[in-house]
Amino acid sequence: MIRVVVPAHLKTLIAHRGEVHLEVVGPVTQRTVIDALESKYPVLRGTIRDAQTKQRRPFVRYFACEEDLSHEPIDDELPKAVADGTEPFIVVGAMAGG
Amino acid sequence: MSGVRVLVGTRKGAFILTSDAARKDWKVEGPLWGGWEIYHVKGSKVDPNRIFASQSTGWHGQLIQRSDDGGSTWEPVGNDFVYDGTPGTHQWYDGTPHPWEFARVWHLEPSLEDPDVVLAGVEDAALFRSADGGQSWTELSGLRGHGSGPMWQPGAGGMCLHTIIVSPQDARRIYVAISAAGAFRSDDAGATWRPINKGLHSEGIPDEDAEVGHCVHRLAMHPSRPDTLFMQKHWDVMRSDNAGDSWTEVSGNLPTDFGFAIDVHAHEPETVYVVPILSDAEHYPPEGKLRVYRSRSGGNEWEPLTKGLPQANCYVDVLRDAMAVDSLDECGIYFGTTGGQVYASSDAGDTWDAIVHDLPAVLSVEVQTLA
Repeated sequence: MIRVVVPAHLKTLIAHRGEVHLEVVGPVTQRTVIDALESKYPVLRGTIRDAQTKQRRPFVRYFACEEDLSHEPIDDELPKAVADGTEPFIVVGAMAGG
Repeated sequence: MSGVRVLVGTRKGAFILTSDAARKDWKVEGPLWGGWEIYHVKGSKVDPNRIFASQSTGWHGQLIQRSDDGGSTWEPVGNDFVYDGTPGTHQWYDGTPHPWEFARVWHLEPSLEDPDVVLAGVEDAALFRSADGGQSWTELSGLRGHGSGPMWQPGAGGMCLHTIIVSPQDARRIYVAISAAGAFRSDDAGATWRPINKGLHSEGIPDEDAEVGHCVHRLAMHPSRPDTLFMQKHWDVMRSDNAGDSWTEVSGNLPTDFGFAIDVHAHEPETVYVVPILSDAEHYPPEGKLRVYRSRSGGNEWEPLTKGLPQANCYVDVLRDAMAVDSLDECGIYFGTTGGQVYASSDAGDTWDAIVHDLPAVLSVEVQTLA
């Protein structure tokens, strides 16, 4: 089980306040986690990454295990602690707006 | 039961205000999508239960929501707004070429004939059409492609297509307005376009009488007179009686002719409403007095409407899409402010009451008149 934390705006969209729990088959990467998240909640398509290019939106970051993984290749495997559900994969809306 | 449903878009969610025909007691619902910017919410005249909403944030982009039960429940529909072909460039603020980039949907205009058809005006300025209730969107690229697109330049709020008017007598005729490019007309359902800005005079552009480059803030039309248009330009209130082929100024005795909102009485085609704003620097009403001005002569002669509106220490703005009229026998007028008030008049503007005082900044107001 993969644990995912989404930012407040997206919690409003999916009407779910807590962590999202996902099953990912195969390698656990940024791409496969977001694929599974969008599969579970189609409303999120285009809100985290561009629907066409799959590029992360400019004001979205990915954190896990106290590291900023935003600039890691999207097909690299995520830390083992994320893959085994010990630590969440955190989708962050960049701080802005005062 | 006849009544009205007022659809309010704000910086932090949408609100639905409902009343019977007396328009005195209001039920307030919301926020819908709290925390999201709701630029526009508009219902279909063919099927009033069908309502479209434009939802966006800078973090997470654009969504379109649709309700098929009058706003009780909503579902997200398509949010792929892809420019047709190679997008090309428009002018940036400094005059250099800048690639067209989709930012958000400013305005949704449901068809007057088919509840599945809806037009979307977007930033960077373009017009999109959906024929499946918002599930998929196709650009009507003849607008950007007619020739003047590379000369368009954003206004302070972005390069937005904010006004869409479809003639109720001929759906092939469509008017749009873009800040800061001007007004445009299609006579073939959006396939081809031409600028309609003759007579506009704008001191803020190098050629003050140029074919494009004017910061048109809003257009309004009475359904019975599809060739007569009223315009609130950045500065100047304008009028055309030949479908935009030429314009004349009708600012007349307004205390200032800067403003954003403009609308026409539902039953009187020569009765027009504006909310004068002091200037493009101040963005608040003159003398701290919130006054709607009404002309019963199609412009030039204007009277202030003040009863029930704050006449001291008021420094709010009324944005371009934040005024609407209902079509009950005694026409109701509505507008929202950046201070979060939504004001309503059930007597054509003679007297006003605030339906709500403390919403987030209001971006848009639309009204549905319910049978």
